[in-house]
Order: sequence, then structure tokens, then C-alpha cells
Amino acid sequence: MKIIQVKNLVKNFKKIKAVDGISFEIEKGEIFAFLGPNGAGKSTTIKILTTLLEKTDGEVIVNGFDVDKDPDDVRRSFGIVFQDPSLDDELTAWENMEFHGALYKVPKKIRRERIKQLLEIVELWDRKDSLVKTFSGGMKRRLEIARGLLHHPKVFFLDEPTIGLDPQTRNHIWSYIKKLNKDEGITIFFTTHYMEEADLVSDRVAIVDRGKIIKLGTPTELKAEAKTDSLEKAFLHFTGYAIRDESASGIDKMRMVKNRGKSKL
Amino acid sequence: MNTIYILWLRQLKRSIRSKSRIIGSLSQPILFLLAMGFGLGPVFQKAGEGNYIQFLTPGIIAMSVLFSAVFSGIDIIWDKQFGFLKETLAAPVSRMEIMIGRTLGGATISIFQGFFVLGISFLIGFKLESISMIFESFIFIFLIAILFTAFGTALASVLDDMHGFQMVMNFLVMPLFFLSGAIFSFSGLPKALEIIAKINPLSYGVDGLRGVLTGVYQFGFLTDFMVLSVITLVLLIVGSYLFSKIEV
Repeated sequence: MKIIQVKNLVKNFKKIKAVDGISFEIEKGEIFAFLGPNGAGKSTTIKILTTLLEKTDGEVIVNGFDVDKDPDDVRRSFGIVFQDPSLDDELTAWENMEFHGALYKVPKKIRRERIKQLLEIVELWDRKDSLVKTFSGGMKRRLEIARGLLHHPKVFFLDEPTIGLDPQTRNHIWSYIKKLNKDEGITIFFTTHYMEEADLVSDRVAIVDRGKIIKLGTPTELKAEAKTDSLEKAFLHFTGYAIRDESASGIDKMRMVKNRGKSKL
Repeated sequence: MNTIYILWLRQLKRSIRSKSRIIGSLSQPILFLLAMGFGLGPVFQKAGEGNYIQFLTPGIIAMSVLFSAVFSGIDIIWDKQFGFLKETLAAPVSRMEIMIGRTLGGATISIFQGFFVLGISFLIGFKLESISMIFESFIFIFLIAILFTAFGTALASVLDDMHGFQMVMNFLVMPLFFLSGAIFSFSGLPKALEIIAKINPLSYGVDGLRGVLTGVYQFGFLTDFMVLSVITLVLLIVGSYLFSKIEV
């Protein structure tokens, strides 16, 4: 069964064509890596698939629901870990979970059971009453993963889930995601800049560049086509060696301001 | 309903936990009451205008509600920048519910603040003729709170970062406060300033509050109530529209 179907997806921002006619299909239970240089259109595609952004053209079906016609059904079908942390720092870990569960209308009793279970799995149960602002980057990521699973999604989107984490935490997070995929049959759609990660965990890989999918296949197929033994080399072979620029978003500017304030202290 | 409640609760929890914000937002009106009340009081009295504390208190209540409400509306900028807004927008709930929950949360905090200032004012000599006036004052404190939370939400929906926030404070919120009749009456103002004061929605809030608490109106209860209600409704509609257009 196809869990995600994307046909000729186009997204234009004023003058820029961020996504330029992307098509792909993902089978239920697949682990699918969406790779590409900065500014390739990865995050934009994820935002469209998760109803946060309206597409310019094309068709997107998630779990049998059209993103335009039944956005709420689509929203109930997926869980997401965003590229940037999206927790409320002023709330505790438990409150963040509780808030999510209430938004997704998970009944109270089931919600409480699952929160305990999930926080135990990501090893945060003993910190459940701590404010999130006291958490390290890795702890925040683990909490976001637990939160994204609270409403039992069919598809789990992870936008650079392991960015900035140490190898131990990365390893831990991936083994958990793989277990989830195997035991619960949850489809995983993720982006990353760590090619060895994609090579290790994904069933299929799409390489996007300048808003188009330029390669799609299993890591083995892509490596064979590029005649190399590493996915990183294959990636560079297909996308070239030139460094890409990505215009600073509001968030980047904001971080600069925030950090400036910090350095003064 | 559940969604509105949980968003309301979140706004409240955030505010209660932010100690520096609480101290700041409570000490500012106290400072205004003390410094202006006692500093300008004698001048006011000499000019034959009566007791300044009686005149000033409703104005400072309106001010504290105004600041607190705009701040909590503007809070969306932080959520937008630091990602939490995405969590709510990706959830299977309508943006209208999100907006209503947030607005009610911000308004609730502002209402508490207004009544806190009223409580403080009794300590420095503000007098009420009857207790029932406190209940009547709720009408205007509520309207000012909702109106300016919606105003802050609308602004935050179109602003991208906190730089714009300083502009809002300097060019919108401060003039709104100073030209609202909160600290001086309109009589004797130059014509141009008087016109500005009359199109300032806060003027009607201050007047309504002053009228209910001390019996002195400039525009009258019905005018104040109607103007505030209509503008609140318009801002809620505009705010919801702009909020629904946010892309993250």
C-alpha cells in the first residue's frame, strides 16, 4: 500500500522555484531518506506534506488523504520532528507531552499511559517535571520524538533529527526509530546531511537538487551507479562539489540576536 | 473547546513562570502611580481639577492592561521564531481555535494585572463609592484586554522578528497610552492632538473605566462600550485572518 503519493509537486516563492515538479511514492513501512544540499527544497517539501505550507501545483496524498481537501485527516496521520526545536521551553517535559496529546484529542487515560511509556523509552521519565529549557540538545530531540509518536502516527517525518548531536545520542535515536519502524510498521520519512546515517538505515533514498529529484533508489543502487563504495561520494558525484547558499531565514537572524545577547552576559 | 482550554492554560503557565516579566509588569504601574500620583497631584489640585489619584488610577489600570495585552499578543513572534507555533499549526485543530485560546489566555493575564493595580491604588488613597463599581469596571478591563491582545496578535502575525517589536512599542503603544487621557484630560489639548486622542480606542477604555470607577465620563458609558466592542470585533476578525495566513 502506498502511504505517500506525490505527483508533480511545485512550490514557488515570489521569484524562486523552491520545488520544481517532484514526484515519488512511498510504501507503507518504508524508511525513506530525502537528501540534498542546502536550499534543494527538502524542508519546503516536508512543510507541504505536513500541511504547513500551501503548494503551488501538483497532488499530494498522505495516508489516503489529500493535503488540500482533508488537511485535518492528514494531520492526524503523521507525527513530525522539525528541523528546529519546537518545544515550549517554559513548560515541563510532561506538560509538553500533555499539551500535544490534548491537541490531538488522545483520551486522557490512554494519553497518560502512553506519555509514561514513551518518556521511559526515550529515557526522560525521571526528568518529566523539569522545564524543557534545562534540557540538552539531545534530550530535547528525544522528547520531540516521543511527542511526535504520542498520537500513534502512520508516517513519521524527521527533518534532520540528529543535527548537532553526539554519536552516542545519534546512535541511540536511530536504533529507537528503526525499532519503531519494525515493530509498529510506521513509515519513516527523513532528511539528513549525514550520508552514512542514510546509508545505514534507509530502504530507499531520493536525492533532490534545485527543486528536482535527480536520483531515486536504494543506497546500493546509487552507489553502484556512481561506482563508489560510500553514499557520500555518490551524493557528491550526483550533486556536484559547489557550495550552496541558502538565504538566512528569520530564525537564523533571530538566533544571531539571541546569541549576541548571551555573549554580552 | 478542549483546544481553546489547553492553549489558554499554556499562556497562563508561561506568564506565571516568567518571574522577571511578572516583576516588570507589576512594578511599572506602581512606579507610575507613585511618581505621577504624588508628583503631579499638587499641581493638578492647584489647577482646580480635584484629586489626581482619583483621576490617574483608572488611567494606570488601563495602561497596565494595554501593555500586558499587547505583549501577550506579540508573544506569537517568539513562538514563530522558536518553533513552537509549528507544533500547534501541524496539529489537527483549526487556527481559529488556536487564536481564540491564545487571545483568552493573554486577556486573562491582563485582567488580573488590571485588578492588581486597582488593589494597589487603594493603598495610596484611591477611593470607591461602592464595591459594585469593581464589578462594573470588569466590563472595561475585559474589553481593553481582548482588544489589545487581538491587536498584538494581528501585529505579530505580520512581523517576522523582534526588531519590529521595538517599533511597535515606540510608535504605537506609547502614543496610544500618552494620548488616551490616562494621565491628563483632553480639555485644553491642541486641536490636532485632540483628534488623535479621539480616534484612539484606548481613550474610550480609559473613559469607560474612569466613568465606572469615579463617575466622571467624557464620552459616556454607552459610547465607550459601543466603540470598544465594535473595534474589538474588527480586530478579532482582522487578527484571525492574519493569523490564518501565517506560514512557518
